[in-house]
Amino acid sequence: MRVGVPKESWPGERRVAATPDSVKKLRKLGFEVVVEREAGLAAGFDDDAYAAAGAEIGDGTAAWSADVIAKVRAPATAEVPRLAAGRTLISYLHPAFNADLVSAIGARGANAIAMDQVPRTTRAQKVDALSSTGNLSGYRAVVEAANALQRPLRGQSTAAGKIHPCKVLIIGAGVAGLAAIGAARALGAVVRAFDTRPAAREQVASMGAEFLQVEIEEDGSGTGGYAKEMSPAFIAAEMALFAAQAKEVDVIITTALIPGKRAPTLITAEMVASMKRGSVVVDLAAEQGGNCALTTPGEAVVAHGVTVIGYTDLPSRMAQQASTLYAINIVNLLEEMGGAAAFELSETNDIVRPMTVLRGGTLVWPAPAPAVSAPAPATPHQAKAAIFSAEHGPPAKESMGTGARVSLILVGLALLGIGLTAPAGFLAHFTVFVLACFIGYQVIWSVTPALHTPLMSVTNAISGIIVIGGMFQVGSGVAASVLGLLAILLATINISGGFLVTQRMLRMFHR
Amino acid sequence: MTSSLLGTAYLAAGVLFIMSLKGLSHPETARRGNLFGAIGMVLAVLAVAVQVGLGSAPLILGTVLVAGVIGAVLAARVQMTSMPQLVAILHSFVGAAAVLVGISNHLHSGVPLTGAELTIHEIETFVGVFIGALTFTGSIIAWGKLQGVIHSKPLLLPGRHLINLGLVLVSVWLGVVFVGGGASALPALLGVTAIAGVVGVLLVMAIGGADMPVVVSMLNSYSGWAASAAGFMLSNDLLIITGALVGSSGAILSYIMCKAMNRSFLSVILGGFGAEEGAAPAGGAAIAGEMIATTAEEVVESLKEAGSVIIVPGYGMAVAQAQHPVREIVEILRKRKVQVRFAIHPVAGRLPGHMNVLLAEANLPYDIVLEMDEINEDFAGTDVVLVIGANDIVNPSALDDPASPIAGMPVLPAWEAESCIVFKRGRGAGYAGVENPLFFKPRTRMLYGDAKASVEAILRLLQQA
Repeated sequence: MRVGVPKESWPGERRVAATPDSVKKLRKLGFEVVVEREAGLAAGFDDDAYAAAGAEIGDGTAAWSADVIAKVRAPATAEVPRLAAGRTLISYLHPAFNADLVSAIGARGANAIAMDQVPRTTRAQKVDALSSTGNLSGYRAVVEAANALQRPLRGQSTAAGKIHPCKVLIIGAGVAGLAAIGAARALGAVVRAFDTRPAAREQVASMGAEFLQVEIEEDGSGTGGYAKEMSPAFIAAEMALFAAQAKEVDVIITTALIPGKRAPTLITAEMVASMKRGSVVVDLAAEQGGNCALTTPGEAVVAHGVTVIGYTDLPSRMAQQASTLYAINIVNLLEEMGGAAAFELSETNDIVRPMTVLRGGTLVWPAPAPAVSAPAPATPHQAKAAIFSAEHGPPAKESMGTGARVSLILVGLALLGIGLTAPAGFLAHFTVFVLACFIGYQVIWSVTPALHTPLMSVTNAISGIIVIGGMFQVGSGVAASVLGLLAILLATINISGGFLVTQRMLRMFHR
Repeated sequence: MTSSLLGTAYLAAGVLFIMSLKGLSHPETARRGNLFGAIGMVLAVLAVAVQVGLGSAPLILGTVLVAGVIGAVLAARVQMTSMPQLVAILHSFVGAAAVLVGISNHLHSGVPLTGAELTIHEIETFVGVFIGALTFTGSIIAWGKLQGVIHSKPLLLPGRHLINLGLVLVSVWLGVVFVGGGASALPALLGVTAIAGVVGVLLVMAIGGADMPVVVSMLNSYSGWAASAAGFMLSNDLLIITGALVGSSGAILSYIMCKAMNRSFLSVILGGFGAEEGAAPAGGAAIAGEMIATTAEEVVESLKEAGSVIIVPGYGMAVAQAQHPVREIVEILRKRKVQVRFAIHPVAGRLPGHMNVLLAEANLPYDIVLEMDEINEDFAGTDVVLVIGANDIVNPSALDDPASPIAGMPVLPAWEAESCIVFKRGRGAGYAGVENPLFFKPRTRMLYGDAKASVEAILRLLQQA
C-alpha cells in the first residue's frame, strides 16, 4: 500500500502533508511512501531527509498515482483528473463550500476524506487538524497584530513616561481564540474575550483573560462543541458590546466560525472607523468570508487608519511546525483506518465515518450525526460537586464533634473509676504510662516522613526492651525459666536486628 | 545493686530512647539517634543483668549472644525491598516474647500479691498476653502476605465481623475465669492465647496488599502496647515507657497512612477494601479518550528538551528493582542542568517511608526526594513527569469524581505537568480496581512493559545521546 505526498499547488502554500518523521511512522504502519520532489522544501524538509527516512522521491505523477494521496489543501480543479478511481484522497475539503469540487472528485470514482470534518470528540483529538492548526493560527494572529501595531503590547514605566499595556479583544474562544489569548497575555497585553458558549467562560478565565458577556441569557453551544447561530436579539446585544469595545481596544482578533456557513459579520465598517488610529484587526475567519466587513481575504489593508489583516495563510507562515502537526494527524488517521494491512473506509468507525465525504465516488457526506457535545455541559458537573460536598462535608465534622465529646466523657469516667478503685502502686505506673504516651506523641510527629521506615525499625528494636521481662523470669522455676529464656532469645534478635538494620538504612541517606 | 541505682539506669535508658526517636526528625541527626537507642538498650540490659544476679547469667549470656548473632545476620542480609517483611517478622517476635513473659510470670510471679493489687496484676497479665498473641499471629500473616507466601487479596469470610466479635466475647469470659484464679486459670490463659492468635490471623487476612502500610504500622503499635502491658504486670517503668513510645509511634504512623488514603482507621482494620472491585468501575464515571502508547525513543526526546522533571515512584518500581537505573538517569539529567525531583506519596510502597529507603539505597541524595505536600504545587510548572509503577496515587478521579471508590484521597497531580509518561506493565486497573483517567488524558503517554527494562532502555539512549 502506497501513500503519495504531492507538492502543494496553491499559491503561497508552504505546508506539506508528511515530514521525514511522519514518513518513518507511516513505514512502521506498513505503508510505502512516495514524496513528490521538493514537496517539503518550503517547510524546511529537503528531499534527502525524506529519502533518509525511507521515502521514495518521485515526480507528481508518482505521488498522485499512490493508493492514498495525503495533501494539505483541497486539490485544485486542474489536479482532480490526476486522481484515479479507487484512490483515497485525504486533505482539507470544506465540502459545504466546495460542492463543485466534491462532485468533480466523485466523478473520478475516488474516495475522499476531509480533514476539516473531524468529529469534535476526545478520541478524535489526535486526528484533529483544525485544532492543531487553529492553535498555531491563534498564536500567529497575535504576532501579526504586534508586527502591525505601532506600540508594544506590554506596559512599562520609563523615564520618558508610562507605556500603557495594550488592550486586546478576542472574539470566539475556540482553539485559535484560546491560543491567541495565551500569546497576547504572554506578550503582556490586557486581554478580553467573548464567546457565545457558556462553557468557554472557565477556559477564558483559566488563561488569564476577562470574559465579556451580554445581558441576554442564551446558550450558543451547538452540536459537536461548535457554536450555533444566535437569535436576532442576542446578535443586537453583542454588536452593541463590540461597538463599545472597539472604541477602547487596540487590537481585535476575530475567530468566529459557524460550521458549513459563511462567517458572521461582527465588526462593521463603523466600528473599525471608531477605533483608535494605528489599531489592528486580525480576521482569522477571512477564508470563510471574514468577521470584519472591511476584510480583504489574503491581504492586510488600511482603512480609517486601522490595519485590517485578512491573511488566509497564517498556518502556512509557520509551515514547518504546522506541517509537523498535520503530518502526525495524517499518521494517526491512517492508523485509525487500519494501517496498511487492514486499510478500509470503515462505516462504523466513529472518527473515520464522519470524515468520509466520498466513497467510491458516491457522496456520503454529511454522515448521520451522533449529537454529542464534546465538553460536557458544566451544570450537571457542578451539581454533582455540590451534592458531594453536602454529603461528605459538614456531617462528617458534626459527627466528629459528638465523637470527641463522647470520648472525652468516657475518658473522664475511666479516670474516675481508676481513681476510686486502683491501688497507689498502679496509679504511679499509670501516670508514667500516660505521660510517656504524650511524649511519644510529641516526638513522633517531629519525625520526617522520609525516615518513617527507619522509625519503624528503631521502634522495633527498642520494643525489644521486653527482654528485661524475660530476664526477670529466668531462675524462678523450670517452666518459667524456659519461657523466659525463649522470650530473651526472640527479643534479642529484635534488638540486634532492629538497631543494625536501622544503622544500615540510615547510612544510605546522604545529601 | 540498689533499687535506686537500677531506677536511675532505667531513667537514663528511657531518656536515651526518647532522644533516639527525636533524632529521626532529620537524616543528619538520625544515625546519632540510633546510637542513643542502642546505648540505652545496653544500659538497661546490663543493669537488669546485675540486678538478677549471676546465678542465671551464663544461660542468659549464651542466649543473648546466639540471638544477637541471628539478628545481626538478618540485618546484614536483608534486601531493602524486603524491609516490610523484616519489620513484620520482628513485630511478631515482640508479640511472642510478650506472650512468653506473661505466661512465665503467671507460672511464677515472684512477689506475692493480694486483693485489688492481685486482680489488677491478673488483668494486666491477661491483657498483655492477649495483645501479644494477636500481634504475633497478625505479624506472621502480614509477613506472609508481604513475602508473597500468602495471597495478598483480602480474604473475606462471611460474617467475619460476627466471628471476631464472638471470639472477643469468649476472651472476656476467659478473662473472668482467669482472674477468678484456681486450677482453671492456666488453661484460661492458654485458651486466650490461642483465641487472640486466631483473631490476629482473621484481622490481617481480611486486609489487602496496598493497605499493608497501615497494617504494619498498626502491628508496630500493638507490639508497643504489649510491651507496656508487660511493664504493668512486672511493675517495671522502663517497659511501660518504652512500650508507650512504640505504641504511640505506630498509632501515629497508622493515622498518617489512613489520612493519606482518606479512609478511617476502622474501615482499614475491618478490612475488605477492594471487595467492591467488580462494582467500582461501574460506579466511577466512564472515561472518554484512549491511552496513547509511546516508545523509549520518544521519552528520551522529551527528556532532552525538558528543563524540569518530576519522578513519581510506586510499588511497581520496587518490584521491578528499577531504582538503580533510575538513579543513573537522574545523574545524567542533573549533569545537563535539568531539575530532577522525586515526589513521594505517603502510601507509596508497602511500608511508611519505604520509597525513601529504596531511593536512598540507590544512592540518590535525599534533598531531591520530596513529600507530597512539598511538591504538589510544582507539578503545574513541570515539563515532564515520569510515573514509574504507581497508579492510584496519581488518579485524578480521587479529586473530581465523588463516585470513585478512592474519592477524597489526596493524590499527586501528575496531569498538571506539560507532559506525563506512565510506565506500566499492562493495561489493567490499579490495586483498588479503579480506572485511572490520567492514562486517558491527551498529554499522557503510556510506556508499556517491565519498568526496569523500560528504564534501562531510556538510560542506554540517554547515554548514547
